[in-house]
Amino acid sequence: MIYRESGQFKTSYQNDSVIFPIKQDRMFIFALLALAAFVVPMFASEYMLSGILIPFLVLSLAALGLNILTGYAGLLSLGSAAFMAVGAFATYNFLVRVPGMPLLLALVLGGLCAAAVGILFGLPSLRIKGFYLAAATLAAQFFVEWVLTKFSWFTNHSASGVISSPPLEVFGIALDTPVSKYLFTLAVVVVLALAAKNLVRSSTGRAWMAVRDMDVAAEVIGIPILKTKLLAFAISSFYFGIAGALYAFILLGTVDAQAFDLHRSFQILFMIIIGGVGSILGSFLGAAFIVLLPIVLNLLGQLLHGIVSTQFLSNLEMMIFGGLIIFFLIVEPLGLAKMWQITKEKLRLWPFPH
Amino acid sequence: MNPNRKIGDVILKAENISMSFGGVKALTNISLEVREHEVLSIIGPNGAGKSSMLNVINGVYHPQEGKVTYKGRTRDKMEPHLAAKQGIARTFQNIALFKGMSVLDNIMTGRNLKMHTNFLQQAWYWGRTQREEIKNRKVVEEIIDFLEIQHVRKTPVGRLPYGLQKRVELGRALAAEPTLLLLDEPMAGMNVEEKQDMCRFILDVNDEFGTTIVLIEHDMGVVMDISDRVVVLDYGKKIGDGIPEEVRQNPAVIAAYLGTSH
Amino acid sequence: MEFQFFLEVLVGGLLAGVMYSLVALGFVLIYKASGVFNFAQGALVLFAALTFVGFQNMGLPFWAALIITLGVMVLMGIGIEKIVLRRLVNQPPISLFMATIGLSFFIEGLAQMVWGTEVHGLELGITDEPFEVGGVFISSFDLFAAGISGTLVAVLALFFQKTKLGRALRAVADDHQAALSVGIPLQHIWAIVWAVAGFVALVAGLLWGSRLGVQFALTLVVLKALPVLILGGFTSVPGAIVGGLIVGAGEKLAEVYLGPYLSGGIENWFAYVLALVFLMVRPEGLFGERHIERV
Repeated sequence: MIYRESGQFKTSYQNDSVIFPIKQDRMFIFALLALAAFVVPMFASEYMLSGILIPFLVLSLAALGLNILTGYAGLLSLGSAAFMAVGAFATYNFLVRVPGMPLLLALVLGGLCAAAVGILFGLPSLRIKGFYLAAATLAAQFFVEWVLTKFSWFTNHSASGVISSPPLEVFGIALDTPVSKYLFTLAVVVVLALAAKNLVRSSTGRAWMAVRDMDVAAEVIGIPILKTKLLAFAISSFYFGIAGALYAFILLGTVDAQAFDLHRSFQILFMIIIGGVGSILGSFLGAAFIVLLPIVLNLLGQLLHGIVSTQFLSNLEMMIFGGLIIFFLIVEPLGLAKMWQITKEKLRLWPFPH
Repeated sequence: MNPNRKIGDVILKAENISMSFGGVKALTNISLEVREHEVLSIIGPNGAGKSSMLNVINGVYHPQEGKVTYKGRTRDKMEPHLAAKQGIARTFQNIALFKGMSVLDNIMTGRNLKMHTNFLQQAWYWGRTQREEIKNRKVVEEIIDFLEIQHVRKTPVGRLPYGLQKRVELGRALAAEPTLLLLDEPMAGMNVEEKQDMCRFILDVNDEFGTTIVLIEHDMGVVMDISDRVVVLDYGKKIGDGIPEEVRQNPAVIAAYLGTSH
Repeated sequence: MEFQFFLEVLVGGLLAGVMYSLVALGFVLIYKASGVFNFAQGALVLFAALTFVGFQNMGLPFWAALIITLGVMVLMGIGIEKIVLRRLVNQPPISLFMATIGLSFFIEGLAQMVWGTEVHGLELGITDEPFEVGGVFISSFDLFAAGISGTLVAVLALFFQKTKLGRALRAVADDHQAALSVGIPLQHIWAIVWAVAGFVALVAGLLWGSRLGVQFALTLVVLKALPVLILGGFTSVPGAIVGGLIVGAGEKLAEVYLGPYLSGGIENWFAYVLALVFLMVRPEGLFGERHIERV
């Protein structure tokens, strides 16, 4: 009843293959984007922008990357944060060492560096699969963390191992207010999300899913397995790299290699498990969840002020995350995205049961 | 069967193929020929090595001895993606569909070798990629029509009944427009009607497109009806090779199937 | 003099390696019996150590604390099997693995909530005086720890090979359905396995805890068990021993001899990179079973 699809028949293959086939969905998305781009900057507080929306966008980007690698291509990775670190540090070096380097170009180059490292650590995927590959990605995580900490060249020989964001500007506009940072991040994330969705619905996406579901059959069809897997590593690492750079410069301002540790890798993994593996929407839902939960718990803590300590709350947070992962894996392995889909289907018929 | 069908020259020749897994000898000194446009059946009791033989032909298994000549080129072993590029497509005994994707996507995946846009073009989508997608979608829809599975085209294949899944797998193999089609027990687990439908599809493919077909099948009625020639395997060895009538009267074949002690 | 130093480092590394083996053993047990790689083993080690120390700090004598903690760990193991694993039986192993990641977060959060996050010292009553063997200094604590670990590993290896229960465990690891069909009580077996894993976690927790102090970093030690398993093979108890020795010795030697050139910290990643190399060359490990994929 809420969803009126009647009368919306597709009369050409072109119409059938758009991203949002139902007209109401299309209008909803456009409205949402317009809201995000025009309304939010006018009314949102600084805390809302810097504390909720920008982290949400940046982490969604990382979740998108992991969804490409693990959700669509089926290659479990426990080292996503390492590639974020590569992107952040590479972008930093490009900005700082090359005079006059435009920000966008530095970002792209940082992403490409992350992609290159991703390909390198993706080479084992030729011979090892599944859980063993996950173990190999741990090697990436620890090794990259060590390299970036030990060799001070990466931090431009800073004494504390920290890199700080130089003043940022794009097309002559300085990115020094939360609003400008927010809009820049929004633009980057929307473009990359669109690219991801396009990739996933073309033959590359199908090749990834084929390799994920049954790689012997994929090979028999003629899909080049190694190339497909390496492409997944490269593209997902590119996304990780850009997310890392945005995290370092737009979100935090200063960062050291420890910000991209194993804990961060797990955080991104949790995002896609909760949000939904193999789903673009799921990346956003999961990121939103992970960003909002600590805030909700914090509010709860303030309400129960004095009764519970912050220590208690952060431990509770850990327990809730762990418990939720288990819950989702048992009850709805396809996460919030699948729950949303089921809700939509129910809404099409509501108030009728079938 | 179309009596005007012309069977051509030998397109695939396997010579002295021997293969073992660890201590188990799956194939012993098998030689066979497949001629263009014909329908060849491989039959034999369970465990005779029929699937292994198909796997050797399209490179999933590598034999320890022997060679395979396909379209004039002789190789010690075939690689699966090379086989695909050279026009060999197949279905599997235990349905190797991509369970996470819909029927349409599964068959579209079969078109993968025909699609040439790179990932950058695909990230942009509108333009070259979209045109290619639509072009290939048209071909896939024709296959869907042919196999009469329009009503389930957007369903995830994991949810389909067994018979329909087998049809989708055939569709995916056909999507590659193969020269040689290898079918591993395409009618296993089907009832009479489904079998008739499947037979019809196989014969139509052979008829209209001239696709050479090698199939493994247990149903003797089907085998005798649609095959041009039959090869019989038992315990990894070839015990019969010829037109259906000959093979039916071959004493070794009768013994194998009736289970006289070896 | 050089050679003596080398021996000292080697022996130190080997002894640490035996302790890695002990931790790896917990993983092998669960993997052998249920095909699940239990990422939460680390959290169990931390929990066990924290619980023991917690009871000790409450004034309980050594043996009482030990027995009660043992009981807690066994109950925990059985609880995990009942509440989490049973519900996930039909899912692919990768989902089970991710569930154990979730479990590890849960247990860690719980442990710290109940017992606090400060570093605790753990006294086992064994002094760490070095003694000399042929000019080489060996830590007596390391030796003691190695002895306990070695004994436990040997006992468990024998158990798997020689006893009826051990055979049942191996059957379950191979094929759940088949094991059920010959009458092996699946759930009992799993409960036993997780209880034993809890016990192993306790021993590991006590040994490592007294070496490093009981703190969050224990979970990182446990993560090192992964390279040990990759080298040794996931399903092999002797493999866990050999793998542990190689990782332990390799790490120490690399740190001492390569460290100065690369300004240290090699221990952080050496084991993992070694495992990576192994995965490329011999994925099933030194003692693991080769997996042949039939189509």
